[in-house]
Amino acid sequence: MYPSRFRYEAPTSIEEAIALLSSLEDAKVLAGGQSLIPMMKLRFANPANLVDINNIPDLGYHRADSDGSFRIGALCRHADLEKSKILGEHQPLLAAAAPLVADPIVRTRGTFVGSVCHADPQGDWASCMVALGGSIVAQGPSGKRTIPVKDFVSGPFTTVLAHNEIAVEAVIPPAQGTRTGGYLKLERRVGDFATAAAAVSLDMSDGVVKDAGIGLTGVGAQTINASEAAEALIGSRLEDDVVERAAELAAAATSPRGDHRGSADYKRHIISTFVSRIIANVQRAEMQVA
Amino acid sequence: MAIDEVKIGGLGASRRRVEDNRFIRGKGNYVDDVVLPGMLHMEILRSPLAHARIKSIDTSAAYAIPGVRMVMTGEMMAARNLAWMPTLSYDTQAVLATDKVRFQGQEVCAVIADDPYIARDGVEAIVVDYEPLAPIVNPEQALAPDAPLIRDDKVNQTNNVVFDWEVGDREGTDRVFAEADMVSELELHYPRSHPSPIEACGSIADYDRATSKLTVYMTSQAPHIVRAAVSMVAEIPEHMIRIISPDLGGGFGNKVPVYPGYVISILASILLERPVKWIEDKTGNLISTGFGRDVYLKGKLALRKDGKILGVRMDTVSDHGAFFADAQPSKFKIGLIHSAFACYDIPTAYLTNRGVYTNKSPGGVAYRCSFRVTEAMFFQERMVQAAADDLGMDQAEFRRINLVKDDDFPKRTPFGFLTDSGQYEKCLQVGLDAIGYDDFQNQKAEAAKRGRLLGLGISTMTEPLGAGNSREYDILGIKMFDSAELRVHMTGKAILRTGAKSQGQGHETTWAQIVAHELGIPAEDIVVEEGDTDTAPFGMGTYASRSTPVAGAAVSMVSRKIRAKARKIAAHLLEVSDEDIEWELGRFYVRGAPDRGVSIQECAMAAYSNVPDGMEPGLENNAYYDPPNLTWPFACYIATVEIDPLTGVWDVIRVVAVDDCGVRINPMIVEGQIMGGLTEAYAMANMQFITFDEDGNCVGSNYMDYLLPTAWETPGFELHEVVTPCPHHPIGAKGIGECATVGGPAAFVNAVMDALKDIGVRNIDMPLLPDRVYEAIQTGSDVSGHPPVKNR
Ligand SMILES: Cc1cc2nc3c(=O)[nH]c(=O)nc-3n(C[C@H](O)[C@H](O)[C@H](O)COP(=O)(O)OP(=O)(O)OC[C@H]3O[C@@H](n4cnc5c(N)ncnc54)[C@H](O)[C@@H]3O)c2cc1C
Repeated sequence: MYPSRFRYEAPTSIEEAIALLSSLEDAKVLAGGQSLIPMMKLRFANPANLVDINNIPDLGYHRADSDGSFRIGALCRHADLEKSKILGEHQPLLAAAAPLVADPIVRTRGTFVGSVCHADPQGDWASCMVALGGSIVAQGPSGKRTIPVKDFVSGPFTTVLAHNEIAVEAVIPPAQGTRTGGYLKLERRVGDFATAAAAVSLDMSDGVVKDAGIGLTGVGAQTINASEAAEALIGSRLEDDVVERAAELAAAATSPRGDHRGSADYKRHIISTFVSRIIANVQRAEMQVA
Repeated sequence: MAIDEVKIGGLGASRRRVEDNRFIRGKGNYVDDVVLPGMLHMEILRSPLAHARIKSIDTSAAYAIPGVRMVMTGEMMAARNLAWMPTLSYDTQAVLATDKVRFQGQEVCAVIADDPYIARDGVEAIVVDYEPLAPIVNPEQALAPDAPLIRDDKVNQTNNVVFDWEVGDREGTDRVFAEADMVSELELHYPRSHPSPIEACGSIADYDRATSKLTVYMTSQAPHIVRAAVSMVAEIPEHMIRIISPDLGGGFGNKVPVYPGYVISILASILLERPVKWIEDKTGNLISTGFGRDVYLKGKLALRKDGKILGVRMDTVSDHGAFFADAQPSKFKIGLIHSAFACYDIPTAYLTNRGVYTNKSPGGVAYRCSFRVTEAMFFQERMVQAAADDLGMDQAEFRRINLVKDDDFPKRTPFGFLTDSGQYEKCLQVGLDAIGYDDFQNQKAEAAKRGRLLGLGISTMTEPLGAGNSREYDILGIKMFDSAELRVHMTGKAILRTGAKSQGQGHETTWAQIVAHELGIPAEDIVVEEGDTDTAPFGMGTYASRSTPVAGAAVSMVSRKIRAKARKIAAHLLEVSDEDIEWELGRFYVRGAPDRGVSIQECAMAAYSNVPDGMEPGLENNAYYDPPNLTWPFACYIATVEIDPLTGVWDVIRVVAVDDCGVRINPMIVEGQIMGGLTEAYAMANMQFITFDEDGNCVGSNYMDYLLPTAWETPGFELHEVVTPCPHHPIGAKGIGECATVGGPAAFVNAVMDALKDIGVRNIDMPLLPDRVYEAIQTGSDVSGHPPVKNR
């Protein structure tokens, strides 16, 4: 690949990285490089400086904290989540999505947090984070702040991060009851971005939905938070008409563009089909447990 | 004791590929691996627009970048009469645009710089002022009465038609259709697809002023044709040109034509007197070089009630892009598309073809297509299935009724070719048995209970390979024979060179096996070399599955010449007359006294140390092989699929392949060719196409949009074989390079159509993307897929 000329820095602490981002003109964080490097190859992105955060220790974690929240460090790779022994138990939605993000090669390098920072409307993790009500912890020269993902992404490929802020971790709030959910993605081939995909998270207690979230991928100019659809589920026992209504509301929340992957109507139809299917799968699994 | 042929790596040995030794160690030698002292780097500026007039080009900012040596423009090329070059189809193609750009990705300028980074910086700094013109992305637009003229550079061109061509018996066919019990009709589009060699195109031109010799390292499947073409275009004498095609990272027909990049790098080297390297990137390859297909069909079959096909009518329109640059036998405008229906016994046929110019990149015959045979067989097998459905007849039975019978060979095909041999019904039966045809209806009913639709698709076809005999086959007048040269050294080791050029087919392995078969010299004692025009004998190169049928035959023939000479030497050594010498693999012996013999290696030593009086010393020879006919392998591919009607997603359940490619030289390599071909067939049926939006932007300019299936989704393939030797090929081989790519797509598409036929759907254009399948299910009608892409 032949990108434009750029300068490369490899700091070994977050503080050093923030200082570099503050002092250097037109600097970008380099995490897994699986979105940034392809864009530099095509010269769509021509940053003058790269600040590589891969040499900063202790950022590769993902863990469940005692308060029930779940934390994913800035250098946790997609593959770490795919192979995780604890993810399925705590965050079934993420466990369902992990093997569907990109392809095995990309997953060994690409990071969860980097994917959210990239804010690609076709990115899978941002939809999951929206469904889970998760946040990004950003650290800058004046300390840390926590930003809910639904506010973090401000448009296609743009976030509210300041030029000298680093997203250090992603946080998912504790479950209200038992957390279930799922991710369904229509892709033309392994490693393809979604034609359309749906993330559904359900916190259940005694068969009643205590909390719900729905995030949608690839069906609008940015990740879609189908909050009305999710609200329709809260308080219900996932009766057929409720699910049908939620699926319709989810489809209505989209604004897809027809292209070579499919027409806008088709993508909308896939969203409603997937939302119903995820919930049906959850119910089937519940029945097997009971 | 006789030698075991398989042990020495002769015919039938699944010998490991010798070339893999260097490839898997990362020691291959590709064009980009070649580094010459003082070498400069070239990058091409491509047009962002599909159709536009060039108002001005400002290169000053590029020249201002340190390390930029030269910026080449169309004007500079024109000053040397090189702005346009002839194509291999008697048309012309722009090298660097002077007047207009005619497709997105067309070459506009080239920057030569100290390193490839600077060359790209230079390209970005060039400012071109374009006046956009209306783009044309399909034949309908091209043929509209008010369509803008794409080729206004050509003196007598008044519309966007490249040619009109017809073949067959028009009146006879009309008559048959008038009398038929029933006529089955089908309209479809075979979309544009693109070969995807891992290595894109590239060249290093090195002109040496002191010797006046031009050496070009180049990604070419046909280096000798390139030498001739360069000699004509650049006006350099042919003996002063050396084309070296080193290891090629795949070709698939993409590396047959002469591309502007090659020509520009040559001129740059002449002007700068330094080696100039051009390495195309993947996007450049996908948007500007030889593609495959993009042909529209209106097909009709005249049928008798009992299922007999009486006649074929095919009206086709082919989209060639901005220049007619196909590399194919000159006599046939649309390749061998009229090989359609060759495996069926049909008395009458007629085909028309209109070629059109559009604002798309030029080409049409690449991607394992055997000169448009891919389209022929796809059209054929889609028409056959539609006809069987229209008659309400079982698809296997319908084929059985119409397939050519074993005793009928040689058989004249509906369009006049002569097929050589085959056991078509047997292949079909092997396939039906393997897939469990009789049980399929039960499976279908079971699946229906789960809300899923099952379908089974068959594709049976014979295709013409090994172009070809010199009476009919030539490219720009050069006959399509091929050659081999064999030198046996005194220790019995040998070097073989041919005019073919392997791009992954494994010639270094299989050619040695043919020599081993003919001479009994172990395959491992034979080194094979191809691709250097200063050392290899003249040949037309490797494409269209022609190397085993033509160059492979030449390898046999040259080995036999060597054997004939060795026999004389043997007679001399054994002190008997020629007529008393018998041959068994690897050894001559005296008739009636099998113990008295000499090995081929002993004869080789004698050729350099003890030849009979009057005999020329040495043991080497060459052979030019002009095939008497084409070879005709047969294949039966059967696929079963399951469709999710709520999403339109379809999964392949099983694929059975029965190939009869005649005698198999290396069964492992044959199977590799079949599996690779079926993978491509699946890709085209399922996901792969190059399309365009209404502005003429290429959708499919990178591998996120142009999809290659991975190991994850590629189905498993169950391979079976039937062997009917080719009667006229020296070792009975027919060729296998493209059968599965050619015959495979229809099996998948027919399977999906079989699943949907009950709801009234007769055709969905490839690729059968989920949204198209879903739309067909929703509307109960056909779905067309021709460009432009609809944005709705
Ligand atoms: C072939 C291929 C297929 C893919 N398919 C999919 C897919 O199906 N689904 C999907 O969701 N993604 C897909 N991706 C994208 C992949 O998931 C990326 O890994 C991800 O989008 C970005 O993560 P990264 O760590 O690689 O980030 P990088 O590429 O390093 O960075 C991306 C952007 O985020 C910024 N950034 C990264 N980390 C931080 C941080 N900690 N703080 C602040 N800014 C940061 C960078 O500055 C840059 O702007 C694919 C990528 C490829 C190459």
